[in-house]
Amino acid sequence: MAYSDKVVDHFNNPRNMGSFKKDEEGIGTGMVGAPECGDVMKLQIKVQNDTIVDAKFKTFGCGSAIASSSLATEWLKGKTIEEAQQIKNTDIVQELNLPPVKIHCSVLAEDAIKAALADYQKKVGDKTEAAT
Amino acid sequence: MKLPIFLDNHSTTPMDPHVLDAMLPYFVEKFGNAASRNHAFGWEAEEAVDQARKQIAKLINADSKEIVFTSGATESDNLAVKGVLEMYKEKGTHIITSSTEHRAVLDTAKSLEAKGLATVTYLPVDKYGMVNPDDVRSAITDKTILISVMLANNEIGTINPVQEIGKIAKAKGILFHCDATQGVGKIPVDVQAMGIDLMSFTAHKMYGPKGVGALYVRKKNPRVRLVAQIDGGGHERGMRSGTLPVPLIVGFGKACELCEQNMAAESARLTAMRNRLQAAIMEGLEESYLNGHPTNRLPGNLNISFAYVEGESLLMGMKDIALSSGSACTSATLEPSYVLRALGVGVELAHSSIRFGLGRFNTDEEIDYTIKKVIEIVTKLREMSPLYEMAKEGVDLKSVQWAAH
Repeated sequence: MAYSDKVVDHFNNPRNMGSFKKDEEGIGTGMVGAPECGDVMKLQIKVQNDTIVDAKFKTFGCGSAIASSSLATEWLKGKTIEEAQQIKNTDIVQELNLPPVKIHCSVLAEDAIKAALADYQKKVGDKTEAAT
Repeated sequence: MKLPIFLDNHSTTPMDPHVLDAMLPYFVEKFGNAASRNHAFGWEAEEAVDQARKQIAKLINADSKEIVFTSGATESDNLAVKGVLEMYKEKGTHIITSSTEHRAVLDTAKSLEAKGLATVTYLPVDKYGMVNPDDVRSAITDKTILISVMLANNEIGTINPVQEIGKIAKAKGILFHCDATQGVGKIPVDVQAMGIDLMSFTAHKMYGPKGVGALYVRKKNPRVRLVAQIDGGGHERGMRSGTLPVPLIVGFGKACELCEQNMAAESARLTAMRNRLQAAIMEGLEESYLNGHPTNRLPGNLNISFAYVEGESLLMGMKDIALSSGSACTSATLEPSYVLRALGVGVELAHSSIRFGLGRFNTDEEIDYTIKKVIEIVTKLREMSPLYEMAKEGVDLKSVQWAAH
């Protein structure tokens, strides 16, 4: 199977690969997938004033899974929480030109975004609760 | 050194130039039909086929009359299993095979089962991928008509105790078919000593052309009979009709002759090269695990799982080296290699496996390059892997509640 140029580019030059420090503020972490399925994505966002100022990923999976999560971090940066919710897996499929057999990689990336956002909102909610 | 490097010699092999030289006259100049008995064109072709039959038979210690030409090992497997069942079904319809067979045998058996024509026992293998002869013995019933166990596995290279299985089959009067596709030409094969009654193999796995294979069918002690699966002009003693592809057969014969002449030296060279590759990779990378038997394996085979990285991404990172993976990421099923699973390799590690297949034309320089590349890419992908990060932090990955999809 031939990979699209964009998948190859993200694979060879992953954007925002890594993890935030454990004690950093305003982080939301989403971890989706399972090792036995052959892919696990960890996606993290750093939020300040409702805007995602930074994002990082680590992925265990095929080249398309790595590219999908790398692209997701690029798209997340600068978006508000509200805007980030709107990212759809189909956008990723289109941008990376993923073949049908790799669509699950984009689904996983969308799940990872949603999970990271939910984690951030839960943390904020917990804090607000603790404060009141 | 030329890139890309071909290290996938279990999938196919490049044709030896000497094989091509032998084939060339049989396309344009000597084009006769080997079945034409009435003119010189036919005689010439028949003579060439006879010579090839002898070269092939010699490599496996058979009689040349026992070689039935087919289109390849898949057809040979189909013919052996279906042909024997159809011929001997009055006697019984039970078949014994193993869980790590090539799909040409497994899917043939499953299709016969699904049609209600046979009952099949799929024997387990040990952690090295080896069939236990005692399991074969205890699976035999009074309805068993065929045992089909492969010589060497195409993924992990493990060599089965074929000779012992052959003895058991003979003692019980059951026919023994062996899919020897990966073994013939690489390791010594002797159908007499091994007690094999039917054996599948193919030219393109041993530096011959694609499109021709053979089924060895024993002629005496016992005389094995088959129901043909392709009807027509009654070629190949009525077992496989169809005009013989003379140039391919000539190439097959030459390939066998070359394998026979060079086997000892080639096997020693490939074993040394493979061992060097294995040692360098496994010393250079923690948590890399050998799949298959540590010693009793094909000379050119090496199958390793690299924990925390996924096989297909490894292949993508080494696209100037042609390799194969047991990862399922290219299939829609998400099920990784059934062979590795049968060995008891965890699903995660099965997804992380790479098969190296060394062959006649690989060089030391290519192996050096491969060692460097493998270490480089595995290290890079581990840096990128959340699983590696968690493992380094001391998280037990088995205790994590994964959101399986």
